[in-house]
Amino acid sequence: MFGSKRHVPTPTPDTAHFWEGTRNGELRLQRCKECKETYFPPRPFCPACHSRDVEVFASSGKATLYSYVIAERPAPGFETPYSIAVVELEEGPRMMTNIVDCPQTPEALELDMALEVKFEELTDEITVPLFKPEGGQA
Amino acid sequence: MNYTGTAIVGAAESTEMGKIADLTMLGINLDAGINAIKDAGLTPADIDGVACAGVSPVEVSWALGIVPKWLDGTIVGGCSFMLHVRHAAAAIAAGHCSTVLITHGESGRSRVGFLGFGGAGRFSNYTDQFEAPYGIWGPPTTFTIPALRWMKNYGITEEQLAMVAVVQREWAAMHPRASYRDPITVDDVLNSKIIAYPFRKLMCCLVTDGGGALVLTSADRAKDFPNKPVYVIGTGESSETPMVSQMDDFNYSRAFRTSGALAFAEAGITTDDVDHLMTYDAFAHTPLFALEALGFTGQGEAAAFVAERNTAPGGKLPMNTNGGGLSYMHSGMYGMYALQESVRQLRGISPSQVDGVEISVAHGVGGMFAAAGTTIMTNREP
Repeated sequence: MFGSKRHVPTPTPDTAHFWEGTRNGELRLQRCKECKETYFPPRPFCPACHSRDVEVFASSGKATLYSYVIAERPAPGFETPYSIAVVELEEGPRMMTNIVDCPQTPEALELDMALEVKFEELTDEITVPLFKPEGGQA
Repeated sequence: MNYTGTAIVGAAESTEMGKIADLTMLGINLDAGINAIKDAGLTPADIDGVACAGVSPVEVSWALGIVPKWLDGTIVGGCSFMLHVRHAAAAIAAGHCSTVLITHGESGRSRVGFLGFGGAGRFSNYTDQFEAPYGIWGPPTTFTIPALRWMKNYGITEEQLAMVAVVQREWAAMHPRASYRDPITVDDVLNSKIIAYPFRKLMCCLVTDGGGALVLTSADRAKDFPNKPVYVIGTGESSETPMVSQMDDFNYSRAFRTSGALAFAEAGITTDDVDHLMTYDAFAHTPLFALEALGFTGQGEAAAFVAERNTAPGGKLPMNTNGGGLSYMHSGMYGMYALQESVRQLRGISPSQVDGVEISVAHGVGGMFAAAGTTIMTNREP
């Protein structure tokens, strides 16, 4: 399950738009054109009303810190301590990520703090969305 | 109080527990299965239904010389066995089979013939893409993620979280088979190594080898067996999400609420009627989420309830009286051990026996708040 490097996801047809987005500096979500539900992770139908009339759009990339842990044992490709977080996007959905560009301490990682997306290229194909404090260092 | 028409007439754990170097995952299932069939005073020819999780019910039936009329290989994580009890009760009521063997066994520590926890050797496509890239390396980094949100929302302290481990160690001290039996303090817990903040090592479950099995049949036959019957009176099951990050709300488990409500409604009882509770403790916050979701306390009140010793020896709601996954054992899918301790308490034979237990609830979680199963049992004659 784990190699020596950071885990690189394998896109599937229903998620291709998401990974194309991150490669192009966009955090893409989906929205149902019938019931207006905004959702993540990607599915070719609306999880609320099952309509297949859904669209892809770029989110604002803004989020707040919903919850996290600070791992003290490393996964491959990570140096401890590092945060594994769930953020709540401005548009509503939540996603797992890492909070970067700030100390990995309970004091620095305050729940509900404002965050913005930052993209990290893992391979030519895969760029993952991470989050940093809003207005923090680039 | 209602009865499902099904009773547990055989119950046993694996012969050895903790470290079992010479048995595979299948082997531990079989060892526990043989022990439970013997406990019921039966032979393989008497069993006509088989359920298990992580190994195939085909394999278990074949190896034990059983000709099954009913098979259930439902695997939704550690609560799978609560689901098996529910499915078996329905199958027995429908006449699909008469006597069901449910087995569990895992080589969680020694990893003999290891197939991966829960039999899953790889991430699902969604977990692979939307959780695995962020450095998760197992339950200590995922099951734990909701806790800080819930703690902040209700003002729950790390000391209160630590008390879950302290109290359960007190119960474990009475069990000769428990992995850890020496008393611990809140300071011991908080000073143990941080695994994934805010969780310390002593707030995380063990990793051991072991198994357990149950034999169920129709309640009207239950008195014909050598041991005191345990009647199944309420059952529930549900699921929420394969990814912890996609839970509805980190302040509660929707699957716990749904499963618990189904079981209490079927049994026709309330939490006030419950004498004994087993609730899956993979981590210190898990039983607290169960206390709240099942309605034993109000939302956000479970941590104080445990810290005030209500679930400790002598408390009004004895909980996790084997010491739980934190101190007794945890092979990967702990639910079977919760059921075993409920049965022991209802038979009156637990090393930590509580006086006057007539109704016991065993509640399990599967995955990282992914699924839930609830079994309510009594020793009162129908």
